[in-house]
Amino acid sequence: MGRTLRKRLAAVGLWLLTFVLMVIMCVPGLWVVLTAFRPNAEVLAKPPVWIPENPSLNNFAKIFGFGADQVAIPVPAYFANSLIIALTSTVIALLIGMSGGYAFARYRFRFKNGLFLGLMLSRTVPGIALSLPIFIIWSRLGLIDAKLGLIIVYVALNVPFTIWLIDGFFRQIPKEMSEAAQVDGCTRWQAFWKIEFPLAKSGIASAGIFAFLTSWNEYALASNLTRSTDSKTLPVGLMDFTAQFTIDWAGMSAMAVIIIVPALILTFLVQKHLIAGLTFSGVKG
Amino acid sequence: MTDRRPPFWQREKYTPYLLLLPAVLTILFVVLLPLIFSLYTSFTGYRLIRPESLWQWVGLRNYERIFGDRDFWVAFGRTVIFLTIALNLEFLLGLGIALLINKITWGQRTLRTIMMFPMMFSPILVGYQFKFVFNDNIGILNNALQALGLSDGAIPWLVDKYLANFAIIFAEVWMSTSVFAILLLAGLFAMPRDPLEAAKVDGCNAWQVFRHITLPFLMPFVFIAMTIRSLDVARAYDIVDVMTGGGPAGRTELLWTLIARVGYDNARMGQANAMAYVSIVLSIAFTYYFFTKLMAARRYMGGAD
Repeated sequence: MGRTLRKRLAAVGLWLLTFVLMVIMCVPGLWVVLTAFRPNAEVLAKPPVWIPENPSLNNFAKIFGFGADQVAIPVPAYFANSLIIALTSTVIALLIGMSGGYAFARYRFRFKNGLFLGLMLSRTVPGIALSLPIFIIWSRLGLIDAKLGLIIVYVALNVPFTIWLIDGFFRQIPKEMSEAAQVDGCTRWQAFWKIEFPLAKSGIASAGIFAFLTSWNEYALASNLTRSTDSKTLPVGLMDFTAQFTIDWAGMSAMAVIIIVPALILTFLVQKHLIAGLTFSGVKG
Repeated sequence: MTDRRPPFWQREKYTPYLLLLPAVLTILFVVLLPLIFSLYTSFTGYRLIRPESLWQWVGLRNYERIFGDRDFWVAFGRTVIFLTIALNLEFLLGLGIALLINKITWGQRTLRTIMMFPMMFSPILVGYQFKFVFNDNIGILNNALQALGLSDGAIPWLVDKYLANFAIIFAEVWMSTSVFAILLLAGLFAMPRDPLEAAKVDGCNAWQVFRHITLPFLMPFVFIAMTIRSLDVARAYDIVDVMTGGGPAGRTELLWTLIARVGYDNARMGQANAMAYVSIVLSIAFTYYFFTKLMAARRYMGGAD
């Protein structure tokens, strides 16, 4: 009896310890989120005010141009740009990734490993190293400060990883299922859409969310390939808050929350599939 | 069955190549073509403000200049040290967190969710957040230290040589530790129970079990995590660019911030592209190393199955 009690106490202690550690880990992020809801005066208060005393949505109202005072930063335009660029590039990357992932999962062909490695290595090129030559070529093609320019870059950025993930999900589906459908008179194309695609759908969706997040959060390339409200995305727009001599921390934190919220929701949706896909294609390849 | 052979695009043999064509074309156009172009410009004296200098062939002069450039080698060394410290810390902390959470049976999902919190921050946000935290005047860290009476002045976190480098590593580790933790946790979940029980019956202590059973089993997952991380490790550029911009006076200059400065601010594209090529080779070497380790571990696992 005494022993089980001690064991239980140890378990509770371990849980509390882990919980406290996790919360401490989150403090810097939480601070930014909380700051989005407080007036600028409170940001500078000494000693620090941890929990906002009068939480308000003022900072958000300012950003979106409601209320008395406004911020001269076109956040709605940046938001629209981010959304258009991230969504379009995700859809295209998914189509390309499905086609490529299916090839790697279902066919044996020459140069298979070489092609796979080559695609993966293309992703390792640091964004900033790639941005210099792309900047020069894009300016010849008139793709600087254009949404299309960023969309093309993001598709290429996402294709390798999308292929890796989708390859893993197709592998999990037994080959026999589509073969059986083909024996029953389906073409391979029909078998794909009727059998394999529905089974891999959740995996493909999570690859899509991952691609979306990469485009949504990208900064190094976007900061060099965009100039104006025509194409600037949210991460680049965040820099506007520091253009002045002083930094508007409260306004910036509000914008940070705007960037985080979609990422937050999507990451929760995707986490289980993402881990399954990565570890599966990694270990059982 | 007819004798007529179908056109080549319908032949089974070519299907995988056709399926891969869009992917390959995209990569060729957006990655390989620019890389070839930048390789060419790294042999020219190309400056953005003088377009005709694109044709000014200078041979290996840019590379020679790099080899004699002290700033470059300082930034190169700092980048390698930065990566080594950051990746090892992330691995150790991630492993610790994964082992801790794996031990917990009740309320594990809650803890896992809290653990994922930093993963949702984009690098640029992480940069701003820690610029905010470490700011010497209004930063929350100095503010809190003063309120607790632990320091009376403004500690120059982002200005001092050592503190600034500590700050950027801290930000990078904060951002990426959960990636390691979550992947290693997935590995721990997949671990078979029998060998652990058997080892305990045979009288192994906790350390021996960990060292000889848990850790070898986790190795493929470690390499997956390392491979994934080395794919996007250059995202640290975003953090450093925002927090310190490589300064003050180049004290936190990494290869990537140096390339951006030389290429865009000084408009010396040829020189910057030569530097970029050195950084690309470094990245590819990192990834290739982990990838081959992963493949070896994968074969080993396949054999064990």
